[in-house]
Amino acid sequence: MASPTVPRGAPRSPMASPRSFIWSRRIFLTLLTGFVLLPVYVMISSSLKPLEDVSGKFRWMPSGLTIQPYFDIWKTVPLAKYFWNSLIVAGAATVCSVVIAVFAAYAVSRYQFRGKRVFTVTVLSTQMFPGILFLLPLFLIYVNIGQSTGIALFGSRGGLILTYLTFSLPFSIWMLIGYFESVPRDLDEAAMVDGCGPLKALFRVVVPAAIPGIVAVAVYAFMTAWGEVLFASVLTTDATRTLAVGLQNYSTQNDVYWNQIMAASLVVSIPVVAGFLLLQRYLVAGLTAGAVK
Amino acid sequence: MTTLVNSPKGDPAVREDTPGATRRPRRPGRIRRLGLPYLLLLPALLLEILVHLLPIAIGFVMAFKELTQNFLRDWSAAPWTGLGNFDVAVDFNEPVGKALLHSFWITCVFTLMSVGLCWLLGTAAAVFMQETFTGRGFLRTLFLVPYALPVYAAVITWAFMFQRDNGLVNHVLHDQLGLADGHPFWLIGDNSFFALLTVSVWKGWPFAFLIVMAGLQNIPKELYEAAAMDGAGIWQQIRRITLPSLRPVNQVLVLVLFLWTFNDFNTPFVLFGRAAPEAADLISVHIYQSSFATWNFGTGAAMSVLLLLFLLLVTGIYLVLTSRGRKASRG
Amino acid sequence: MRRIRALASSAVVVSLLAAATACGGGSSSEGSNESPKTLTYWASNQGPNVEADKKILQPELDKFEKQTGIKVKLEVVPWSDLLTRILTATTSGEGPDVLNIGNTWSSSLQATGALLPWDRKNFDKVGGKDRFVESALGSTGAQGKDPAAVPLYSMAYALYYNKAMFKEAGIAEPPKTWDELTADGAKISKGGKWGLGAEGSNLSNNIHQVFVLAKQHGGDFFTADGKADFTNDAAVAAVKQYVDMMATNKIIAPGNAEYAKNQSLSDFSKGKTAMVLWQAAATTFKSQGMKDDEWGVAPVPVQSGAPGAGKATNSMVAGINLAVFKNTKNTDGSLKFVKFMTSDAEQKLLCKTYGSIPPVKAAQSDPAFDRPELKVLRETLATSATALPQVSNESQFETSVGTAVKNLFAQAANGKKLSTADVKAELTKAQQQMASQ
Repeated sequence: MASPTVPRGAPRSPMASPRSFIWSRRIFLTLLTGFVLLPVYVMISSSLKPLEDVSGKFRWMPSGLTIQPYFDIWKTVPLAKYFWNSLIVAGAATVCSVVIAVFAAYAVSRYQFRGKRVFTVTVLSTQMFPGILFLLPLFLIYVNIGQSTGIALFGSRGGLILTYLTFSLPFSIWMLIGYFESVPRDLDEAAMVDGCGPLKALFRVVVPAAIPGIVAVAVYAFMTAWGEVLFASVLTTDATRTLAVGLQNYSTQNDVYWNQIMAASLVVSIPVVAGFLLLQRYLVAGLTAGAVK
Repeated sequence: MTTLVNSPKGDPAVREDTPGATRRPRRPGRIRRLGLPYLLLLPALLLEILVHLLPIAIGFVMAFKELTQNFLRDWSAAPWTGLGNFDVAVDFNEPVGKALLHSFWITCVFTLMSVGLCWLLGTAAAVFMQETFTGRGFLRTLFLVPYALPVYAAVITWAFMFQRDNGLVNHVLHDQLGLADGHPFWLIGDNSFFALLTVSVWKGWPFAFLIVMAGLQNIPKELYEAAAMDGAGIWQQIRRITLPSLRPVNQVLVLVLFLWTFNDFNTPFVLFGRAAPEAADLISVHIYQSSFATWNFGTGAAMSVLLLLFLLLVTGIYLVLTSRGRKASRG
Repeated sequence: MRRIRALASSAVVVSLLAAATACGGGSSSEGSNESPKTLTYWASNQGPNVEADKKILQPELDKFEKQTGIKVKLEVVPWSDLLTRILTATTSGEGPDVLNIGNTWSSSLQATGALLPWDRKNFDKVGGKDRFVESALGSTGAQGKDPAAVPLYSMAYALYYNKAMFKEAGIAEPPKTWDELTADGAKISKGGKWGLGAEGSNLSNNIHQVFVLAKQHGGDFFTADGKADFTNDAAVAAVKQYVDMMATNKIIAPGNAEYAKNQSLSDFSKGKTAMVLWQAAATTFKSQGMKDDEWGVAPVPVQSGAPGAGKATNSMVAGINLAVFKNTKNTDGSLKFVKFMTSDAEQKLLCKTYGSIPPVKAAQSDPAFDRPELKVLRETLATSATALPQVSNESQFETSVGTAVKNLFAQAANGKKLSTADVKAELTKAQQQMASQ
């Protein structure tokens, strides 16, 4: 395991970290790694067992290994289709949600206007109603829109995208307001003095400075859409079903295909983790210290 | 507004920046842009109305109707019950009200513990990983794995590990470490609360980690340098600079985690099925049971409305307190 | 405080919206024949998995299209979603034309008025009511009302036992009475092996077991006029008898109290438990690696030893019904499709594939249903199975009493001796929940 070692490169403080700090870090991060990895290990080892072995007594080292589950997952459930649906839905919801949230957060953080407080509080309060209960009303609204305008929201990816982007919107706005506020106003005002319009200032100055925050919000929006189960189970049909719901199909009335659930989860998580890896450097880049002056 | 949302004051670097409320813009073309903020908010507002406010409004109406399966097909025909649904929900001497109160209490305790632990783990990890060291990038990705795994898969894996006879948890606790007396149950009975808490923290802390990590990027290096100059050690720097600077991020983060955990449905539902053990009977599953499982959507809606009022109250108090706290700490 | 005012004003916005929203329910058109060339069919998951179901059903739907020119759009809805999907469809009026429902939902769904009632006229279009087995018809809706659905696949409970384990314990033949079962179970239950398996946290399964036991004690969980009556002597005795198999007789492993994902079947397949009470478990045993000749099947025990009607009931009527959604735009086509699915040929073919019993009398004569397992199930269904109470709050019953049994199992698993008073207290709670909702 990559246990933390003595810091290299430039530390935040000019002074070297004391031993107590380094040791606390080692111990803490090692324990945390163990906690995080435990279920992942169980998933990996279970995904490599034949079904009749999975439900046996737990063993650290599996007795017999097979990669059969990794082939079976595609036959039991149309995994590729669900994966594709999830990717489109979560991707589109993320992009739309972040763009809309950037606009809204910019307005709130940079302008004074009537109704600002009402807006932010109302948006936040939408998060307090249990989803389970506005499921039926939302379904009803979508169906009615479909019947009166012909726009198919129910059963389509579009409807799901719309739902999910709205789910992540309130917190995205709130978090972005926070991140935007910490971008000094002087920066965008300087840009405006240079002749940029407000939107140009937003995209040229504020957004680049708040990249870590925006990436964090994007990850949040993506994961909200990626993992949602309840609404997806009602608002999709077989053709538009997403992964989060589709995985449940590995457990049927009489059989629970434990090994395939685990194998499928691992397979579909790989692209997401890879995406995280790619986003890493944006998460930590961001505002350079010099810009604050 | 700046008192409500995060103002720059949390960030000591821009302390000289006056609050937006008192600021008179010296920007050109002010009148033309008067409508701009509204235009910027418009898409967000329209979507919120369509997907959240309108359904919630309908939910409010449902709370006053007798919406059993007999009327599901045509809601307008369902009889109005006035406060009947609420009476049932808050009659704490009757089983339904008593169960709701119990579930509410469990949810509160659970939420507080889960949010506290998630925040603690997330912040500690982010702070410890602020400096570069070998394997930092790897760990950072690894720590986001619980967040990336599909909820269903993650929770079912935990359920698998918490099995009494065949699970990893009892294997380790009893067979290997000898800590437990016999094999305890985790998915039924009183321990189920801790099982739920573990899963919830495991799933939730990476989010806190992510947000705090992004927040740490905005703390200017100069502050640390100045503190170091004053002779502050690393622990003191964390206490005096890192944590106060994270305040605006934390304010939103804790609120987000709170509302999220309070309303979480997937985790308990996948872990326990539709009848959660009493010790882990979270309000969301409880409401599901009182509406979908029993086909009585009116009672469920009434419970939800009560919940909404409670959460509004808590959020309001929280915002007042944290904003005031921040002002005090500034002064 | 400006913030308070903000909260208040947002509350006002919300409530204004509430007032402005004339709460509109689904359109309640009564079915038509606007689109006579297409149908949407929601099938339930009957085969090993959803994909397998599609492969099984699609050729049949093609056959139907060839016969009638009606194209059927198939969606296999997993059990985890089916009821929620049906409820939302009911609310909005936007649903399939024909759908599978769990037969225990029949009365509940009947009460919503979303399903086409099967009056004489409609039954005649599919060949008449008397084509179907009587007991299966008993689970299609409330008594005295036109059925809400027709039986499609039937199932019953049987006792599955491990031949080798029985032999090892010196048990010559499967138990016929509960006394025999507990005695046999006690012989087996030692050294990490157990007599009987149970799914203590599976609410539906709990209900199925205690319902049958209540019948055997001469009672029921509902009075004749459909009122909940969970605390009568028979009901209490039934629940106590079931959980006592863990608490007193100690033939069910305590760990079974948390089972809800068919772990009892994998325990059985691995030779850890010698008996399970289940409906059509053959395919599961196979996928768990148990060979067909390693297990045997017998009727579920009854107090007298000979299954029959009334007190000799030994199974609930399990199965799937086929219903027509009232809002269909193709009523005639839907009825044709039901006729097709319940035709002798399709019944033989589909039930054979799914390992269930055809509820159509004529189809049962096929030799495929003479396999020892299916023979037991078929005879049970024909002579000694009783439908669960056909009340509109059946799902509340499952939730409340199922949970009560789950809680009792949890107590038994922790070593508590359960008195009749304990059982009664738990059932009283369930009854109160039922009454006030």
